[in-house]
Amino acid sequence: MKVEQISIFIENKSGRLAEVAAVLGEAGVNIRALSLADTSDFGILRLIVNDRNLAMETLKNKGFTVSKTEVVAVEVPDQPGGLSSILQVLDNESINVEYMYAFVERCGDNAVIIFRFDETEKAIAVLGAKGFNMLQGERLYGM
Amino acid sequence: MASYFNEEFETLPRPALEALQLKRLRDVLERVYAAVPFYRGALDKAGIKPADIASLQDLQRLPFTTKQDMRDSYPYGLFAAPMEEIVRIHASSGTTGKPTVVGYTKKDIDTWADLMARTLVTAGAHKGDIIHNAYGYGLFTGGLGVHNGAERLGASVIPISGGNTVRQLMIMQDFGSTVLTCTPSYSLFMAEEAKAAGIEFKNLKLRIGIFGAEPWSDAMRQEIEQQLNLTALDIYGLSEIMGPGVAMECFEGKNGLHIWEDHFIPEIINPDTGEILKEGERGELVITTITKQGIPLIRYRTRDITSLTYEKCICGRTHARIARMSGRSDDMLIIRGVNVFPSQIESILVRIEGVEPHYLLIVDRKENLDTLEVQVEVDERIFSDEIKVLQLLARRIEKEIKDMLGVTCTVKLVEPKTIQRSEGKSKRVIDNRKL
Repeated sequence: MKVEQISIFIENKSGRLAEVAAVLGEAGVNIRALSLADTSDFGILRLIVNDRNLAMETLKNKGFTVSKTEVVAVEVPDQPGGLSSILQVLDNESINVEYMYAFVERCGDNAVIIFRFDETEKAIAVLGAKGFNMLQGERLYGM
Repeated sequence: MASYFNEEFETLPRPALEALQLKRLRDVLERVYAAVPFYRGALDKAGIKPADIASLQDLQRLPFTTKQDMRDSYPYGLFAAPMEEIVRIHASSGTTGKPTVVGYTKKDIDTWADLMARTLVTAGAHKGDIIHNAYGYGLFTGGLGVHNGAERLGASVIPISGGNTVRQLMIMQDFGSTVLTCTPSYSLFMAEEAKAAGIEFKNLKLRIGIFGAEPWSDAMRQEIEQQLNLTALDIYGLSEIMGPGVAMECFEGKNGLHIWEDHFIPEIINPDTGEILKEGERGELVITTITKQGIPLIRYRTRDITSLTYEKCICGRTHARIARMSGRSDDMLIIRGVNVFPSQIESILVRIEGVEPHYLLIVDRKENLDTLEVQVEVDERIFSDEIKVLQLLARRIEKEIKDMLGVTCTVKLVEPKTIQRSEGKSKRVIDNRKL
């Protein structure tokens, strides 16, 4: 149920983001979803890609600091209150969302949200029990 | 006509001064040879007995003492007096985590007060002056050193210490301070704050500023004199030798700092070869303390770069003058008067788990205050995909540096390999300050 995301440390200086994109593009890596968190000094670019090993290797060779993180991709009903229904379940179980972002593609009638939880296993169990569908990594990377 | 605190010694003819130095040099060598294993070993190794010293030239035969030697003897190994006789302990930055420790006997404190009083008079201060002492009080020798000298002189000392500039200005104005003692950069910071607070220095009673503990220039002197409406003079001292009051620029000559030769013997050496340089040549200042009891030091390498002149001074004092310090022969930085070695920051980074010491220190001066930025490369071991984890790491490094070194900095996390490496050894410091 867990999905692998890669995270890249980026200094806040012009051209760095473009460089990451160019490096991945040249290597033939397709970006499926992304989120950029930033402070005044640095940022963290989080990506779901079609080929994470290729992406990691390519970025490392170019001198970037890269890490892998396990996240969860949850299908959310694409209607008002859809996101709220998930967050309510998590809140009831005191599971914290470290960060989250939306997936580019829809999955049927549903939207896909990528979550990073403080307690990943527990979150998967709780969401599964409440009937939320979580996407397998392989399916997601190929979407 | 200049006034003196101790006219006899300050104007002692050079032959008499040198005879006194030789007598005191032999005395201090006897004492350290008897009481300090480090010196007994060093002299034995050099094949010299204290009694072999027949002239001041023989000083050159003696080995140097370095800050590393003080570190190796941490904390009390170089003390020549038993602890029962040590009445005060001060410390300054060591090159790594441990400070450099010095101890004073009652007589040392007494000598220091005398020399500091002499220093104040040399700067043109006198009984009746109100001395606003903004040097830090504490382990740092600046505050207490000036304080004791001011009391010895019989001046009124305000032990204001550092910080809280607005309050300092109010007190300076209301108490009628006539002499200001602080770092030169802090005086300019005060000037800025005064403008903001609507205080004009020309309305204050300040007459003299005694500035030291960090390098400054004649251009900075002019700026200080103009902004603070006083005569700005240079003071020199270091805790290893005593503290403030080792050397002072005279009000009359305002050209070089008289080093008190009845207590200290200065030499200038080539820092690379150790060879003695001629009068007027620029090199590293080496000082031998000839009257200290607690921790006498023989040929201590100060790492400060200056030159020495024995030319007569119009103030009438016969003691040699050292030129304004123009740098260091090591990598020590002076940031807001605090001595900082890059190696100290490196040892803090190593201790914080996972931080590989690829770092760069960027020192600058903004609005007359020194700033320190520590750039640390983020590699995979410390990288987290959560912003708050990285921010916590940066704050933690800042706090450790503040706690250990007493200097405020900002930590900037940078990408790996962005800090330049040159021939295996990274460039650790960029100093953008223009003094």
